Amino acid sequence: MFSYCTDPSTLGGLTWLSCFLTTGVHLSFYLSFLKVLGLLAVTAPVALAFGFLGAMAARASFAPLSWLGKGYIAIVRGVPDIAFFLFFVIALDQLFEYTRHRILCPDWDQPVRQGNDFIVCQAAKLPLGSSPEWMHETYAFGLAVITFAIVFGAFAANVLFGAMRAVPRAQLETGEAYGMTQRQTFWRILVPQMWVFALPGLSNLWMVLIKATPLLFLLGIEDIVYWARELGGTKTSKFTSYPHGDWRMWYFLALLIFYLLMTKVSETLLGRLMARLTLGQATAGGEAQRKAA
Amino acid sequence: MKKIILASAALAVSATFAIAQDKTIRMGTEGAYPPYNFINDAGEVDGFERELGDELCKRAELTCEWVKNDWDSIIPNLVSGNYDTIMAGMSITDERDEVIDFTQDYFPPTESAYVAAAEGVDVKEAIVAAQTATIQAGYIAESGATLVEFATPEETVAAVRNGEADAVFADRDYLVPLVEASNGELVFVGEDVALGGGIGMGLRESDTELKEKFDAVITEMKADGSLNTLLKKWFGDETATY
Amino acid sequence: MSCIDTIQSYAFRSLGFGERLLPRSDFTLCEQVTLIGSGMIWNIYFGVFALLTGFFMATALAVAKASPRAALRKPAEWFIFLFRGSPLFIQFFFAYFLFLSLKSSYPFFGNFTAAWLGALIVLFLNTAAYSAEIFYGALQSIPKGDTEAADAYGMSGWPRFRRIVWPTMLRLAWPAYTNEAIFLFHATTLVFFSGFPAWQQRGDALYYASYFADKTFNPFVPYPILAGYFILLTLVIVSLFGLVNRHLNRHLPANTRPRLKMRMNLIR
Repeated sequence: MFSYCTDPSTLGGLTWLSCFLTTGVHLSFYLSFLKVLGLLAVTAPVALAFGFLGAMAARASFAPLSWLGKGYIAIVRGVPDIAFFLFFVIALDQLFEYTRHRILCPDWDQPVRQGNDFIVCQAAKLPLGSSPEWMHETYAFGLAVITFAIVFGAFAANVLFGAMRAVPRAQLETGEAYGMTQRQTFWRILVPQMWVFALPGLSNLWMVLIKATPLLFLLGIEDIVYWARELGGTKTSKFTSYPHGDWRMWYFLALLIFYLLMTKVSETLLGRLMARLTLGQATAGGEAQRKAA
Repeated sequence: MKKIILASAALAVSATFAIAQDKTIRMGTEGAYPPYNFINDAGEVDGFERELGDELCKRAELTCEWVKNDWDSIIPNLVSGNYDTIMAGMSITDERDEVIDFTQDYFPPTESAYVAAAEGVDVKEAIVAAQTATIQAGYIAESGATLVEFATPEETVAAVRNGEADAVFADRDYLVPLVEASNGELVFVGEDVALGGGIGMGLRESDTELKEKFDAVITEMKADGSLNTLLKKWFGDETATY
Repeated sequence: MSCIDTIQSYAFRSLGFGERLLPRSDFTLCEQVTLIGSGMIWNIYFGVFALLTGFFMATALAVAKASPRAALRKPAEWFIFLFRGSPLFIQFFFAYFLFLSLKSSYPFFGNFTAAWLGALIVLFLNTAAYSAEIFYGALQSIPKGDTEAADAYGMSGWPRFRRIVWPTMLRLAWPAYTNEAIFLFHATTLVFFSGFPAWQQRGDALYYASYFADKTFNPFVPYPILAGYFILLTLVIVSLFGLVNRHLNRHLPANTRPRLKMRMNLIR
């Protein structure tokens, strides 16, 4: 990075450190923080959407749909997320490619499963074999987002399902009394009011999502934990200009601080959001706000 | 029956190759096993296999790119088609050969070695550390020694340094640079054990044409001595050559 | 080898009994189900003991956090923030390092680097922090009338806490605490995966599942088996906690009893 970094073995102290911390690998490490933040930013709304659909399905009056919603919530929640991640991404990838294969190569007469191999026609490959590396990385990122969203969507569905039931029955009855249809009461009365009941659960879910990011490496994303392990491990002078011993302790300490900071910031922001949502609601919190004002 | 399927698969694959000549060959590796493969200061895949793989691709006139993947899922991802080859210091074993295909070996059968913090450790009785799910771990489990498994090779060596294990059992070539850099803190003990049938490039069983291409260039590199030059460069002058 | 033989040789393999060597070729479904089930012993062990011990510490922490005295409140707040704010695997990593260095200076800590004790301590502290936050929330929502009635009866100090505050706190916290229990059991899969070394191939359910996934190169059999075991375990936990919930709410008229909803409140 810096001009004096050509021969690090002659450097000492802070100059050495400044060179060490700006090597290409370290830049990838810093980049992975952005990757994690990006993933969180994308996953949260997608998971919320999955959760919303799941909750709507679970409270549907059409029984099979309700079973589907409840089954999704119960099964995904019953399984440790780590077990899910270990086989789910490959399954999802194969599902996509198989679907494309059936559509794009209708006259393909080979079996898709040959022994252990999973083979689809070249045109069905995702991404295409000729695409550049960044496409592959984006695709892997997308798969990770979907996997996270499915897992956390089940938790979100559970929270939203509870929140929808927590909205006072009288509110809905008032809507009906005004001649609103069921659809109208749902969207105009229930949905706007349920958030205040859902927020405590959703904020905890967000905290959990933050702490689930170390599992990203299982999904093929080089996240902060992967790099911390890689960089912290013992390096001998043969393979790097910056040999050092086992420094994983320091790298993990940096991660610890990162996670604690994320938690603190999230707690503060969510606290404010809660205060905003409570405003004017028929809950104990809303009552307290009204009295204080 | 199986032969017929394989033959027809080969036909099918060659047919698609004719269409998609510009297909990039994706080379899967672990990136955490120096000197075979590791991440260099610039953040790129480096090491013996990187250099060899690039040379093989050049000779076979293929466009290649490198992909990192976690060791535990490296074979499932290959058969699922996420990359086309594995070059990750993977020993050719019967178990693996049932699931994937290997080219001929590009590294002679490797020796695995014990390293301890002091001389005189009886490796048949001691507590021996090995990486989870490696052929070394399987060997120790059968040898009668007490096996302790760690998730990464790094941790196995750390376990010897801090006294959790009496010795570590791993590929000799992985241990040599560590022992050299330890200033006598770590020493080789016991006798080396030959495990596996050399290191080869892993491919899908259906990819016979690609396998033949790589086999041909490996033979070529063995014949003209360029493979031996590479081996000496990365593993020192005493290493086994062809 | 028939399935009965397999069960005999491997049912307690995770504890070190039975066949010394794990199956190495021709893996049958029976072997996978038996060994992964054998590993579940460890998941249940970690979960049950961490939950039992963590419960008491959580109560103490919750009371300390609700205390008006800063000397009690601040340490409890920090403890809860530290353990709830960091991923479990980082806690495992630091604990393992800490126990290793303690062990080298004091022989007393000899067993702490082994998973059965070291990981249990981490899980205990972790669940204590999470449960404490749940209990703290419940303490804050105890109806004012309850404590006023206790005061009117002249109760104070320990009897007031034991007979009025604590039962009400438990009653209010129970649904969320059930979820915490479920997630604690899920978290036990991390012990051997990223925390502590496995000795002589004695590991938990995930350890054996990944063993089979690695040997058969097929993740689609062992991991769903593992998932099945955990769904069963979750059902057992929910029904056991449901019984306790009924007991805690037995004095309330039937239609106002809070049903044990699978509501997620605090998880890791």
